[in-house]
Parts: sequence; structure tokens; C-alpha cells
Amino acid sequence: MPETLRIQFTVNGEARSVEARPMDRLLDVLREGLGLTGTKEGCGEGECGACSVLLDGRVVNSCLVPAVQLNGTEVVTVEGLARDGAASPMQEAFLSHNAAQCGFCTPGMLVSAEDLLRRNASPDKEQVREGLAGNLCRCTGYAKIVDAVQAVARGEVEK
Amino acid sequence: MRSFVPDFQARVPASLSEALDILESEPGAWAPIAGGTDLMVLFNAGRLPSRKLLDLTRLFELRGVQDEPGRLTVGALTTFTELREQRVVHQCFPNLVKSARATGALAIQNRGTLGGNIVNASPAADTPPALLAYGAEVELTSRAGSRWIPYAHFHQGYKVMDLAPGELLTRIRLPKPEGTGYHFYRKVGTRQAQAISKVCLAAYARLEGRTVAELRVGLGAVAPVPCRAPRAEAVVRGCSLDALPFEAAREALQADIAPIDDVRASAHFRRVVAGNVLVQMLKDLAAARP
Repeated sequence: MPETLRIQFTVNGEARSVEARPMDRLLDVLREGLGLTGTKEGCGEGECGACSVLLDGRVVNSCLVPAVQLNGTEVVTVEGLARDGAASPMQEAFLSHNAAQCGFCTPGMLVSAEDLLRRNASPDKEQVREGLAGNLCRCTGYAKIVDAVQAVARGEVEK
Repeated sequence: MRSFVPDFQARVPASLSEALDILESEPGAWAPIAGGTDLMVLFNAGRLPSRKLLDLTRLFELRGVQDEPGRLTVGALTTFTELREQRVVHQCFPNLVKSARATGALAIQNRGTLGGNIVNASPAADTPPALLAYGAEVELTSRAGSRWIPYAHFHQGYKVMDLAPGELLTRIRLPKPEGTGYHFYRKVGTRQAQAISKVCLAAYARLEGRTVAELRVGLGAVAPVPCRAPRAEAVVRGCSLDALPFEAAREALQADIAPIDDVRASAHFRRVVAGNVLVQMLKDLAAARP
């Protein structure tokens, strides 16, 4: 019998309890265990940022976090960014600035962008680029993503 | 091919003492894991040799920074982000801040640890050159007790370390620079974030008036291990800032390094660029106004 663990943690503000094996990845616990498929798998090696989530308030690559480290933690995924069923200002800004093309990087990009603004309310372009440097996008060329983040920082998006 | 998850087991010791007991009970069987930013990459690729993982993340005694007169002691589980957030690290060890900032990107910095960066033993890791330039020491702890050794002696060959199977790297200690110091750090990679170094150079110089009283240079990605540059350092030591021997230092450096060709850069590129970065550092040092 393979060893399993019962993990009790908080996901998007809700207490959750799941069975997992020690080396299941947080990414798989979210997608397969909890059906939260907003978080994407890109490279599976911490390079691309598609699987970015917040773990205890910090951005992490969920493909690099084993389940054995999850008990008692607090996780926020892209599904946790909407407020009362409405898109967050950052999500609105991504829509209005055409900051998503194919959309595969977008969940991770949104998580990193929200995290950046919580740490730095008015980042300049360079700071936005550093904050999002671990999130790769092969479509947009980044300019519209940076514009969207700065628009939210300047309060130009309806909150 | 991916790892088969049910093959793997893990233990989560609640204290350092419990972790050392587990390591001692089956020497070499348990692979310590902390931030996972290196081990999980191997795991995802099906290349993790050990199937027994010892999770260190609950060992709170190995976290945080202890600021004392004359020295700073850093717990091995301190993350790159935590290093970037410490006032004392900015004030006394700016190269360490720069090296933490140069490692991966934010999501890696939030998880990866200083101890992990050392024991993963990549010759291209970004904090080791800074640690070498600051004359760091590392603490290795086992059931039998702990010992401190100069970090410069820790790496003995490619991925070979002075670390016994029952030992954990527990703390890193740095002497605070005294007097007038000069700090330099530069990583050369394909892009600023997420790139593995082609060449990395950290330097610390202590100045007496306009004389270089002491110089320590740490290098990454130019040898099988992170290394010092004793020959180049000796050429510069004792020189006046007004007459630094740029070309002699560049030439001496070539005997300090042993780069290889790989997917990221050729050995030739690394030799030329390591020399260029050393001279860039010396020119910047010459312009210092102590």
C-alpha cells in the first residue's frame, strides 16, 4: 500500500481536507484533487510560472511543492482572485488591455501581478517586469501585460 | 519519464534532533528536501535518485538570521527572499542580496534556501561566489555534534562535498567586513531572470587608504565547483587604486579557472568573459573614493 497523507489546508479562503501521497505536487492536488483547473502546468520545472499560486502569501511554482509540505498552509489560486463572483480589477485590466492572447500563462500571470501590487502599490515598468520575470508569455510580448498592471496600480480600472 | 509518485515516501521531522536521528538510522537513505526548487525538478523529470525524502521545512531552528557583533549567522533554511528582506544583509553583505535577487525569479526566491543552494552543489549557483568573497563558514551537524569549516573547503569536486551521510548543513556564518570595503557582484546569463549563469563573479576588497589590503574573488560557472581566484587576488593585493594591474590580473585569473563547453556557453567564452568581468570590477574599484 502506498503511503497517503490527509492534508488539511486552506484554499481560496475555504478549509479543505484531501488525501494525497507525499510527493504529489501541489499543482496536481489543486487540479485533480480539488478540481481547480485554473492553475496550468507549463514546463514542470519552475521556469515558466504557468502554475503560480500563492502559498502562505508568497508566489510559488505549484509544480515544485510536494504535498508533504502542505499541512496547515494557505493557498490562493487564480480562482481565488475574483471577488463575490466578479472579476478582480486586475482581471478586468487584463481583459480591457488585451493582455491575454492564448491565455495559458494568464492565470499564473494574474497571481504574480496581484502579488506584486500587494507588495508594491505603484511599481514602475522595471519593477513590474521584475515582479513578472518568472512568468513567461509566448504571445503578447509582455507590453500589454505591463500596461494592464500599471493601469490597476494607477487606479484606472473600476474596482 | 516522470517519477511514479507511489514509489516515494517522506518523513516530516519536527525538530533538528529528530531529523538527525532519521539520517543516522539509515545512512545515505534519506534525501533532505527544503524549498524543492532543485529536487522537485529532478523528481518531475524522473531523475531523483532517492525514493525517501526527509522534509526539513518544519525545522524552525534552521530559519532566520542572527545578527551579532562582528558576524552574521544565517540558518540554512533561510530563503532568498528572506535574505533580500534583511536590513543587515543589505548593509553588510550587499553581494549576498544581489546574488539572491539573481537566482531564478521571485517564485524560486520565495522557496529556495541558502543551504539548499550550497548543498545542491551546482557550480553555476549564484550565492556561492558571494559567500566565497565574504569568507563564509558553514556548520555541518550530525548526531555526533557539529563542526564549522571554511566554505571555500566545502566543495571538493563536481557535486562532491565535505558532507557525511549523517550530516546536515545547518548554518552559514559570515564575518562582517570591517573598515573601508568595496563590494562587486555580476552574473552573466542569457537574461536577467530564470537564466543559469554562464559566468558569475563576486568580489570583496578591504581598502587601507588607497591600497587594496585584501581582495577575495568568488567565481561561479567557470570550474567544477564554485571557486576563489587565489592567483588573480595575489596579483592585486597590496596595489594602489591608482595603479591596479588590470591585464596581469586578467592573465592570472586564467590559471584560477577551468571552464567547460556546455549548452550555455563555450569554455572560450567563459574565459574571455570572466577576464572581462574581473577587469570591469577592477576598473570600478579604481574609481572608488575611499
